[in-house]
Amino acid sequence: MWSYLANPERFDRLARAMIPWTWGVAALLFAIGLPWALVISPPDYQQSETVRIMYVHVPAAWLAMFAYSGLAISSFVYFVWRHNLADLAARALAPAGAVFAFLCLATGALWGRPMWGAWWVWDARLTSMLVLFLLYLGYMALRAAIEDEKLAARAGAILAMAGVLNLPIIKFSVDWWNTLHQPASVFRFDGPTIHASKLWPLSIMALAFTVLLTALVLTQMRAMILARKADALERRRERQLELEAGL
Amino acid sequence: MSAFLAMDGYAAFVWPAYGLTLLGVGGLVVWTIKARRDASARLARLQALDAPAQDALAQDGGA
Repeated sequence: MWSYLANPERFDRLARAMIPWTWGVAALLFAIGLPWALVISPPDYQQSETVRIMYVHVPAAWLAMFAYSGLAISSFVYFVWRHNLADLAARALAPAGAVFAFLCLATGALWGRPMWGAWWVWDARLTSMLVLFLLYLGYMALRAAIEDEKLAARAGAILAMAGVLNLPIIKFSVDWWNTLHQPASVFRFDGPTIHASKLWPLSIMALAFTVLLTALVLTQMRAMILARKADALERRRERQLELEAGL
Repeated sequence: MSAFLAMDGYAAFVWPAYGLTLLGVGGLVVWTIKARRDASARLARLQALDAPAQDALAQDGGA
């Protein structure tokens, strides 16, 4: 499948066919998930209405980590096989992942203030999530700082692969250390421990965020492919003009 | 409606959480679609510039 998709023309055809669908399905899922999260789902007996923050906080956290997995895998594929499309995927994933990581931290603070009594604590879960956000920023800054595109892609790939160590730290931080953050309540060996009335809107919101990320990444990759074509045309034009001037 | 907006006294936390999410996600969407449109427009412009040159080359080749 990967070698099939590594052909840019084939990828372009597939992406063009998929992009409108991904945007449409994401919009539909948000249209179902948002009213469910904000109106239909009941308030929590302990957290009251603040539980609604979870419906954006938890998907943002998952997607920030999912996008980073994608960034690390794309970086590995680019680093080993030098598939340009893998590098485009990495470049497209980074800003989206950074926004999700930021939203996870910000919405978490907005929940923590009324429920814990603190906007922020230097707890293992929160700190490792902050590290994830900083990794995204570092990745984008590193790429932007190197002018040579191939060198920037390689350097970025190394940083992204090294940073993957942080993912298990985030996931297991709530088990390895005493933290204020609650332990996993959805992805557990013994099944989810949250009630169906909250698990449903949470799942739909998580799916909506995931499909939206797919739409964002595919659209961004297509934009990059078109930009590369334009760059190539521009270079050829400049060469032609130089030749004509020389004659 | 006002009870819904009040969020049981937690309006100052729930609504900013959703507002920020809307801002962040909406920003990504607008930025991505703009990048896609700008790239298309730039490519089309360059191709249009190139088209007469291509014709001229083809004519030269034919002559």
